[in-house]
Amino acid sequence: MDFDPTDDQRLLVESVSRMLGDTYSFAQRKGYMALPEGYSPAVWAQFAEQGLLGLPFAEEYGGFGGTAQEVMLVMQAFGRVLVLEPFFPTVVLAGTALNIAGSAAQKTAMIPAIAEGSLKMAFAHSERQARYDLSDVITTAKKTAAGWVLDGSKTVVSHGEAADKIIVSARTSGDRYEEDGITLFIVDAGASGVARRGYVSRDDTRAADISLSNVTDVELLGEVGGGMAIIQRVVEAGIAAIAGETVGAMEAMNEMTLEYSITRVQFGNPIGTYQVVQHRMADMFMMQEQGRSMAMLATMSIDNPDEASRAHDIALAKVGIGQAGRYVSQSAVQMHGGIGMTEEYAVGHYFRRCMVTERLFGDPAYYLNKLAAEIG
Amino acid sequence: MDLRFTPEELAFREEVRIFIRENLPADTRDRMKLGHPPRKEDTVRWQRILNAKGWAAMSWPKEWGGPGWSAIQKMIFLEENLMAPAPELLSFNITMLGPVLIQFGTEEQKKRFLPRAANLDDWWCQGFSEPGAGSDLASLKTAAKRDGDHYVVNGQKIWTSTAHNADWCFVLVRTDPNARKRQEGISFLLIDMKTPGITVRPIISIDGGHHLNEVFFDDVRVPVSMRIYEENKGWDVAKFLLGNERTGIARLGKSRERVNTAVSMAKDVNFGGKPLIEDQIFRQRVAQLQVDMKALEITQYRVVSASDKAKGAGKPDPLSSVLKVKGTELLQATSELAVDVSGPMATPIWAQELAEMNEPDDLMEAGSAGTGSYLMLRAASIYGGTNEIQKNILTKAVLGL
Repeated sequence: MDFDPTDDQRLLVESVSRMLGDTYSFAQRKGYMALPEGYSPAVWAQFAEQGLLGLPFAEEYGGFGGTAQEVMLVMQAFGRVLVLEPFFPTVVLAGTALNIAGSAAQKTAMIPAIAEGSLKMAFAHSERQARYDLSDVITTAKKTAAGWVLDGSKTVVSHGEAADKIIVSARTSGDRYEEDGITLFIVDAGASGVARRGYVSRDDTRAADISLSNVTDVELLGEVGGGMAIIQRVVEAGIAAIAGETVGAMEAMNEMTLEYSITRVQFGNPIGTYQVVQHRMADMFMMQEQGRSMAMLATMSIDNPDEASRAHDIALAKVGIGQAGRYVSQSAVQMHGGIGMTEEYAVGHYFRRCMVTERLFGDPAYYLNKLAAEIG
Repeated sequence: MDLRFTPEELAFREEVRIFIRENLPADTRDRMKLGHPPRKEDTVRWQRILNAKGWAAMSWPKEWGGPGWSAIQKMIFLEENLMAPAPELLSFNITMLGPVLIQFGTEEQKKRFLPRAANLDDWWCQGFSEPGAGSDLASLKTAAKRDGDHYVVNGQKIWTSTAHNADWCFVLVRTDPNARKRQEGISFLLIDMKTPGITVRPIISIDGGHHLNEVFFDDVRVPVSMRIYEENKGWDVAKFLLGNERTGIARLGKSRERVNTAVSMAKDVNFGGKPLIEDQIFRQRVAQLQVDMKALEITQYRVVSASDKAKGAGKPDPLSSVLKVKGTELLQATSELAVDVSGPMATPIWAQELAEMNEPDDLMEAGSAGTGSYLMLRAASIYGGTNEIQKNILTKAVLGL
């Protein structure tokens, strides 16, 4: 075991942090939120220039050849400033699906475009009735003489409006909840029958509900009926990535809280001189570090070929990072007092992002339940 | 960054597991499986078996009999040993005195004491705390006055674990009552427990057991050659001792062992007409503990692998305070789980009369022993720097306040 980043990884973090230092002050971020896209296309272009959008892809497709570790480190840097751009759905979620299941032709067509910033993607799997159950899919794909036809709807699709192409899961056979019979498709966002209704999510990022009505302009991703295994891998990679992001968010909140405790004077002293405040901050630090350990666990697990032990570790990590993020963000608002309650101050935005990531792909209660089922 | 165990580390874990399985005396294992603490003879016998294998002095350099393990290997060994469950190495000998002698001792002191400490020929105890010096250790008063080539020691120590078993005690004494700062007048002495003037009085703890003692020093004559390092520099030694060896401070293997025991007991315990193991609330509680134990495990590996890289040159890692706090919280939560599983069987004090009256009853014996363990582990957040003190340390070291 070796927990230190390599020199290359350190350089990567430095250059990403430098770029974010120039582009992602809290005030700049507010400006991006107000743009029609809900993020900054200019910053997106900079991500492409820096090679970040090609991070987890093989070099033969114009990628950077990075691993889950580099993704974790970049997401951590993103978490520190609450990046709004569609990196997560495009590079992490759709990227993982393409890496695992894409044909050579699909990879050639899409990965270089992702890497250069001209193709944004979304991963449309969740449905309204499914809550966190990955196999609960009722959107259908029917094979006709003319090809596949998709009907159904997807909900809370991260950056669903911004996407040029959408990966959609649909049932090609079996009943609701059946793991077999789910298939992935790549749908052109402009295809006839695709309707998107966008909205702002609590974390300031944009999401969309997507309805599919008699959509025929689709291509298969992976095997027919083989979607579930891909979805699982995508979700696991997603969990590892948002775990890293949550670590970054916790670091930022703890730094803000410390800074505030030094400057805020009450009863004649900075509040950070009071032991009850100090111990709360010590608790916040401990949760941050336990959370970091869980992000590392998730990251080291996603390439584990043993499916059961991989799922187990991911579940442990998802619970741990979710609880850590919740504790730190609730405490950070509390330590700030009234100012922490305001929209104009940053800490509440971190709070809300943690609230969103905590329930992305399943909340702690959901994964505790899974873990509980294994005992004995 | 490589976040997986190397094949060598995995092979090492297997080697340790097999060695413990094949060499731990059966009577020790059976008692400990039921939750009893090891007896003195269990600890001595097991440490000698480990010493014969070259594993007892696990954190010492090779020239003093250490096995040359990496910090990760030490961690693996400690975890497997606790999970077996097997008696722990006597920490006074191995993780406290040994490194102190190696760092500060004279050649003569090393040669005389190190091999005997490794083999548990001498049982050491720690004379630090006093009635008026707990978390505030530097306020200690036990006095040592120079008289020719001896010190004459007068005073009292308290909470001295295993003093009643001990052959020797390493003691912090005040040699300069007029020092400018309290920390500057302290010396570190090795005291033979057979020296006239020493009285050991038991303190029975809330588990009913005898682990703790008061130790009284009444004109106890200690040769000056038994002082470690310079006179009035004992605080440096104490700080080294307290900050040096944090591997295993979390005793994670013990928490795992408690959970395993609780889960296995829960299969035999009735809860509303079904085995308790089928109860959803119980299962959720175990799952939550698994989450917390895993996070601590990774944090622990981060700390030890950083200390491996620093090769002992680094300052004490503030993360070791995280290990102490989170580790002891888990020891308490897991021992609490085991007690809750045993339900009414947690209340009888298992003793000879019960054993004689009844057929052997593992559930009752385990319930009672588990309660003893639970009660004693309330001390875990108190000893070694209370958890509140650990948060003060974090406040200074990490937050800079």
